[in-house]
Amino acid sequence: MRPLIVIRRTPKIDFMAWHKVGFAFSLLLTLTSIGLFSTVGLNYGIDFIGGTLIEVRSTTGPANLADMRVKLDALHLGEPSLQGFGPPTDVLIRLPRQPGGDAAQEKAVQLVRQALGTGVEYRRVEVVGPSVGSELIRAGVIATVLALFAIAAYIWFRFEWQFGVGGMVSTMHDVLTTVGLFALLQLEFNLTTLAAILTIAGYSVNDTVVIYDRIRESLRKYPRMPFRDLINLALNETLSRTILTVSTVALAVLALLFLGGPVLRGFSIAMLWGVVIGTYSSLFIAAPILYYVRPNRAAIARSGEAVQARAPGAP
Amino acid sequence: MLYFENWKIALICAVCALGVLLSLPNLFSQSFLARLPNWLPHKQVALGLDLRGGSYLLLEVDVAAAQRERLNSITDNVRNALRDANIGYTGLNVEGDAIVFTIREPDRIEPARQALRKIDPDLTVDIAPDGSGTMRFSTVATEARRRQAVDQSIEIIRRRIDETGTKEPTIQREGADRILVQLPGVDNPEHVKALLGRTAKLTFQLVDTTVSLEDARRGRLPPGDEILPAEEGRAGRSGPAAYVVRKRVMVGGDTLVDAQPTFQNNEPVVGFRFDAAGAKRFGDATRENVGKPFAIVLDNKVISAPVIREPILGGSGIISGSFTVQSASDLALLLRAGALPAPITILEERTVGPDLGADSIHAGAVASIVGVVLVIVFMILFYGLFGVFADIALIFNLCLMLGSLSLLGATLTLPGIAGIALTMGMAVDANVLIYERIREEVRAGRTVLSALDAGFKRAFGTILDSHVTTLVAGALMFWLGSGPVKGFAVTLSIGVLTSLFSAILVTRLLIVTWLRQWKPRAIPI
Repeated sequence: MRPLIVIRRTPKIDFMAWHKVGFAFSLLLTLTSIGLFSTVGLNYGIDFIGGTLIEVRSTTGPANLADMRVKLDALHLGEPSLQGFGPPTDVLIRLPRQPGGDAAQEKAVQLVRQALGTGVEYRRVEVVGPSVGSELIRAGVIATVLALFAIAAYIWFRFEWQFGVGGMVSTMHDVLTTVGLFALLQLEFNLTTLAAILTIAGYSVNDTVVIYDRIRESLRKYPRMPFRDLINLALNETLSRTILTVSTVALAVLALLFLGGPVLRGFSIAMLWGVVIGTYSSLFIAAPILYYVRPNRAAIARSGEAVQARAPGAP
Repeated sequence: MLYFENWKIALICAVCALGVLLSLPNLFSQSFLARLPNWLPHKQVALGLDLRGGSYLLLEVDVAAAQRERLNSITDNVRNALRDANIGYTGLNVEGDAIVFTIREPDRIEPARQALRKIDPDLTVDIAPDGSGTMRFSTVATEARRRQAVDQSIEIIRRRIDETGTKEPTIQREGADRILVQLPGVDNPEHVKALLGRTAKLTFQLVDTTVSLEDARRGRLPPGDEILPAEEGRAGRSGPAAYVVRKRVMVGGDTLVDAQPTFQNNEPVVGFRFDAAGAKRFGDATRENVGKPFAIVLDNKVISAPVIREPILGGSGIISGSFTVQSASDLALLLRAGALPAPITILEERTVGPDLGADSIHAGAVASIVGVVLVIVFMILFYGLFGVFADIALIFNLCLMLGSLSLLGATLTLPGIAGIALTMGMAVDANVLIYERIREEVRAGRTVLSALDAGFKRAFGTILDSHVTTLVAGALMFWLGSGPVKGFAVTLSIGVLTSLFSAILVTRLLIVTWLRQWKPRAIPI
């Protein structure tokens, strides 16, 4: 049984010719993301800012949003937001954080239950007090920063520090632009999104590491090849792997996006973006950066000889 | 790389078989599993509350409030101690976590220090030469108290929840002063929350009849007295809105051994019984105060203030106070379970109805299955027979994941399902790396055997590196994440580990077996 689709030859794309365009594009993307984050800001879910989220399903046909809004506005609980969620019967109600500490949030839920009466069924009620939210933001930021450093440290340990820098810059780029995407689209940023961001960090480095591995190998194999050509060669040799892996992960993510239900939508969008941007950044950021930070070729070639000396039988 | 010792083959097969066996129970219903023989595994993956429906509450024990209350009660002892030693003082008060006061005469500072030290060994007494002093609990004592308060609270919360008949509640400590309560199957936790929100500290205190409420309010409150409001909703019926009562507690609720809801004159009331010590103290106190009213105080509110008609010596009594049947039975429950050592606030509540849970399981399962099928088809399209090998390994990987989750008793949440779907896409990455390498080696003109050998050998380092970075992210999520993030981290990390096994060992074993059986002349890739 032979494969139906075969990539016959190693492609000869001049990636390095595009790297300056890539840098400029990424710089623009990153700066826009930071700008959006600091001006428009993120649409934080109640996980982070506290407040109340209630998902109800109308038991009497499609939900009447306007009618519900009138009922909820009458409660004077700040500005409730209502939005359809999945099927037309389902509505997601968000209440802002109520003044007066944790007990006041509880009280608000009771009022909503009374106001909406018996025509609805409560699918989900989440109340997060103000104190927990700020802790979660802190833990999330710490986790992301630690992840970036831990990954850079691992690459440094396995390669040279120059590779660590490249890995960290490209991962940071992926994380920042994902945050930017959420600020731009005003998608809810919650705990699951945070999980997606950390996964993106892990995945993006995965991609980068595969390419770095090949660059290091080529550095040992062709000690005299110009570095620019060498990076191109490594990228082309790993290109089919890059495309295939992106495709399988993207297939899984697309299945989640379209079939995984509304609760996972934000997560899936973040992951889809992360998979695409992670691949792009491995090709156009992580690899070309090495061209500028210049790993020590002599040292890498020497360590290669040591490896070969230890395993004389290796082909 | 292409040779397997027999024991290795046996081990790989055994692990795969175990994975299948451990994951199988997840396909069947509980009732079917119950009929299986005992030696077969029965454990299913535990579902998180977001999938099975239920209520999750994060509580905080307000240790500071408990300490403030304790300091307040100690100020009485301070007042008495200084008065007994004839030491003049001013400004005795509780400020923050300390009792503050000023000794009037500088030469009385030393005796004051002596007298105050005797009150509580846990208190440090500091008096400056100008007479201003503070008393506060040492850090060690505060810490010990905090731990004790949280432990006690967990115990009492457990008793209260058990009394409501909730099945399989989980109550555990979270961090320094938090308690996590998980109530599967509870889709409206209002009642539980109402029960947990009350401290339920019951005391019996004498009403001071020598002073009127108005006088006391105008500032003529006798020392050792306090003004307590009447329980809301009862003020209209049973008289005054507040009472002047003696601070000294006749008997406390901690001496109760039982409390039950019952009826008296067709009104719901709560009957209670003291233990021996409580009965004696209550008997003595009532004997000395016949004809006077005493207040039944719950959480600093007066439920009722009956007049003592005769000494109550039997050690049992009744609390009346315009209860409903529900509120009487709730109060009885609270009294049986005991008072919380400190007030509790609800920081976070997440409740998922059973329908949403079922929908989530359904959507998650469909998405995962479709994802896996897409990946399987994709691999066959691009790698033919080798794609089939990778797919077989992928299915074993799925079994191993589910099996490990069942075995570890890990909780599967909706983000966890997303983690499974995602790992399915990522798991074949190892195969892709190996196969691409083999392709290159074939192109470079190697023979079948050496191309396969080199492919596995050279891809291994890369696979390890790329998997470790994902594990790093997973470990951090598990360490710092909460709830849903943790569930995701668990499945992601387990998936990375099992995919290392399946993609490298299982695929290799399949390829080696194929080599031996068919002795191919070319690699179909």
